[in-house]
Amino acid sequence: MLNDETPRQGRGNAALPTVPPTEAPAPNAAKTKARQNVDNVVIRFSGDSGDGMQLTGTEFTRATAQAGNDLQTFPDYPSEIRAPAGTIAGVSGFQVQFSSSSVFTSGDQADVLVAMNPAALKANLGEVRPGGIVIVNSGAFTAQNLEKAGYKKNPFEDGALEGYKAHLVDITRLTTLALEPTGLPKKEVDRAKNMYALGLMLWMYDRPMEPTLKYIQAKFAKKPEIAKGNEIALKAGWAYGENSEIFAGAYEVPPARIEPGVYRNISGNEATALALLTASQLSGVPGFLGSYPITPATDILQELSKHKNFGFVTFQAEDEIAGICSAIGAAYGGRFAATNTSGPGLALKQEAIGLAVISELPLVIIDVQRGGPSTGLPTKTEQADLFQAVMGRNGECWLPVLAASSPADCFDTTLEASRIALKYMTPVIVLSDSYAANGQEPWKVPLPEELEPLKVHFRTDPKGFHPYLRDENLARPWVRPGTPGLEHRIGGLEKNFDTGAVSQDPANHEKMCRTRTEKVDRVARDYKPLKVNGPDKGDVLVIGWGSTQGAIAQAVEALRKKGRSIAQVHLRHVHPLPLDLGKIISNYKKVVVPEVNLGQLILFIRAKYQVDAKGINKVQGRPFKVAELVAKLEECF
Amino acid sequence: METQTAAKLTKKDFQSDQEVRWCPGCGDYSIIAQVQKILPELGVPRENVVFVSGIGCSSRFPYYMNTYGYHTIHGRAAAIANGLKLARPDLQVWVVTGDGDGMAIGGNHFIHVIRRNANLKIVLFNNRIYGLTKGQVSPTSELGKLTKTTPYGSIDRPFNAVQLALGAGCTFVARSNDADPVHMAAMLTRAAQHKGTAFVEVLQNCVVFNDGAFDGVIAKPVRDDMTVKLEQGKPMVYGKAKDKGVRLNGYLPEVVKLGNGVTEKDLLVWDEKVPTGLAFEIASLEAPMPMPMGVFRAVQQPSYDELEYKLQATVTQQKGVGDLAKLLRSKDCWTVK
Repeated sequence: MLNDETPRQGRGNAALPTVPPTEAPAPNAAKTKARQNVDNVVIRFSGDSGDGMQLTGTEFTRATAQAGNDLQTFPDYPSEIRAPAGTIAGVSGFQVQFSSSSVFTSGDQADVLVAMNPAALKANLGEVRPGGIVIVNSGAFTAQNLEKAGYKKNPFEDGALEGYKAHLVDITRLTTLALEPTGLPKKEVDRAKNMYALGLMLWMYDRPMEPTLKYIQAKFAKKPEIAKGNEIALKAGWAYGENSEIFAGAYEVPPARIEPGVYRNISGNEATALALLTASQLSGVPGFLGSYPITPATDILQELSKHKNFGFVTFQAEDEIAGICSAIGAAYGGRFAATNTSGPGLALKQEAIGLAVISELPLVIIDVQRGGPSTGLPTKTEQADLFQAVMGRNGECWLPVLAASSPADCFDTTLEASRIALKYMTPVIVLSDSYAANGQEPWKVPLPEELEPLKVHFRTDPKGFHPYLRDENLARPWVRPGTPGLEHRIGGLEKNFDTGAVSQDPANHEKMCRTRTEKVDRVARDYKPLKVNGPDKGDVLVIGWGSTQGAIAQAVEALRKKGRSIAQVHLRHVHPLPLDLGKIISNYKKVVVPEVNLGQLILFIRAKYQVDAKGINKVQGRPFKVAELVAKLEECF
Repeated sequence: METQTAAKLTKKDFQSDQEVRWCPGCGDYSIIAQVQKILPELGVPRENVVFVSGIGCSSRFPYYMNTYGYHTIHGRAAAIANGLKLARPDLQVWVVTGDGDGMAIGGNHFIHVIRRNANLKIVLFNNRIYGLTKGQVSPTSELGKLTKTTPYGSIDRPFNAVQLALGAGCTFVARSNDADPVHMAAMLTRAAQHKGTAFVEVLQNCVVFNDGAFDGVIAKPVRDDMTVKLEQGKPMVYGKAKDKGVRLNGYLPEVVKLGNGVTEKDLLVWDEKVPTGLAFEIASLEAPMPMPMGVFRAVQQPSYDELEYKLQATVTQQKGVGDLAKLLRSKDCWTVK
């Protein structure tokens, strides 16, 4: 039902508070309205891809982090840079869940939807919980926009908003009015709408405006008039919430109880990039990233490109193959090397990965998974690259595969992958995905000296040397070209176990294949024991991997609260599998494997442990919702 | 940045202990002999020399060299060498490739390392055939060629490798052949000394699958009349009797007979720094015209690795040496107590 006080379209401005925007109250000034305490909120910002919703969401998130809540975000944007304006295809969304307790996902259903145009409302209304708040920019609901969104009737009039607390706010007009004194051109005024909406939401949840004001100043340092315009819009949005009578009250989400330390918000891609830089710094081996732009992995290349003063070389290659090949060349030259890509790029890199496996060179390969096959859903999330990561090459070609479970976990996982690569002289694949890579959450920032040191040894002693001599971990020596007396040749042809020379000998080939495989298997000895979340023995064990961690954890907890005997174990290491997993599996009657694919890890689990595991599978380009998992897991009892 | 040394090495120092396994009579023997001959003269320590190859007969090359070497995968030698040189500008990095490896499957890397002026020495063993796979048409095979995959004649137009390199902006482009070791050694030496991408096409005979492919041009009895040497600052004279030459008619090269009022002064005087367009026209010469051998282009431009490390130094000067602890905390942080 429409909120009674909600001004109708075209009339709303009559009720406008007449506070001139430039005299808007200072952020966090007198809070005249009562604030209702809530524990957990999910907000979804949505608009046309030109409306700046990613920025609005990101800024709200920064303010929320500083307010001390735990949080997680989920940007959901179209694959076209500019799909036709006003259409459903062009809708860009950003969801954030924040709470005074721990947050594991970006939230199932939104408590609040901000819809900047009819298409955004149409595309997202189904994501709002019954009774949720819907704030609509009524100014965008023109006949033309309604038609573009495919609305036959105005949703304000046909009862579409019934069951929600709908607020129709003519943000377009209000922003124009607020910015009138600035004399900014219409285009710039129009672009400030998102700041108005942001200001309103910051008011509604009592978030500080300072981070955004600082951001605006920095972003438009060279265009002070635009900075001023954005600032006015932001403050006007805040003032509207504070002064207009349509919002009966605002909310307060007290800070979460979080482990003491220094925190920042971080996205998975940022965390991955910083982990590569950290590995290079910890090992003292200068870093190298060979890469080719591909959604959703490009941020990693962009981030590392900024840090030339760390001696980290980034190289944007002519194609995916050259991306990895340049990294292999750099690793051969004695650099800590990495490449990053998404599924289609990983497919192109596979032959070169085989070369890295047989050359036994350290290399970190980041695959930020997206919806496939082929170009598939470039901006959407999926976990369907597990098979190609573990098995996608010719020959007996094994390598360790790790998966990151959240944005912040991308840091730890990538750092661990780097350690494995350098210790065992092997390429390692890190599986991230669009959800973890683009989502953000607070990250407890480590000090470099708190991190375990990373030791690397380059062989310089010519005595008894050959390139495929192995140490206690079966790793071969790493030799920097330029080392006198150690001149040698390596390559893609099979090598003799004892001399390192090219060999076609049948028995030798088997020995080398077994040795390389055994080397990778031994990596599992280094894993920390698995953590079982729940009872040690029981009815159901849920095994997950990657970015489904949060949703599974919450679903399992919800079921335990209902009295179910259910536990969760989440894998960072998908190959080789942890040595203690078999024992854990044997303690439960049933094993369930939820995946955002049609069943990949489950095949390994069934094959290796000969257990009749059940899959829960979804491939919609979206992460699991907690409620979905709860319902499906419920069926397993 | 490649390190120099005083210690004098010999050809033998560059030969590995591996038995060379090319077909008897293969042109590759001639090329490796010249490479091993010129390397000791360059004064680069053996441990600072790396040969990177792809797949094909020529790509076995690194195994026979007592230097660092990496025999990689089909077509990717240039891409791998590019990463190596970028990571280690102190090394002298050679790419050994063939017409299939470098022009077909590796064509993209080939043009892009050239475009960037990557500091690599690329030697193309051009035998106009796929040898290792036993005789299929290659990107440099002539039209109408009969091979196992073109039993009715090839309808696939060939690349002119020199033109391809020039078109991609190569800063050093030369051509030689396996029947003229002295000339080849001179070209390889020039390539080794060049800073930036140095490309040398070597016409090389495949004795088994394309024997005599270049006989009409480089065989002793005809070579003086069918090739013309590009020599810096000298008119383009050729012929057994030095009685023929190449001159420009408008912007196109033509062959003239000296005498009857035509003198050396009318001929094109070769200059390695001519605009690429002219070098491109000269590179188009082939039978029945004389095929040019020598340096088509040699110009100095900053190499990719040089620019990268210059940029690194500039950024470091502006921002200071990277501080990890600071970087990790560079964005809005907050403290939870």
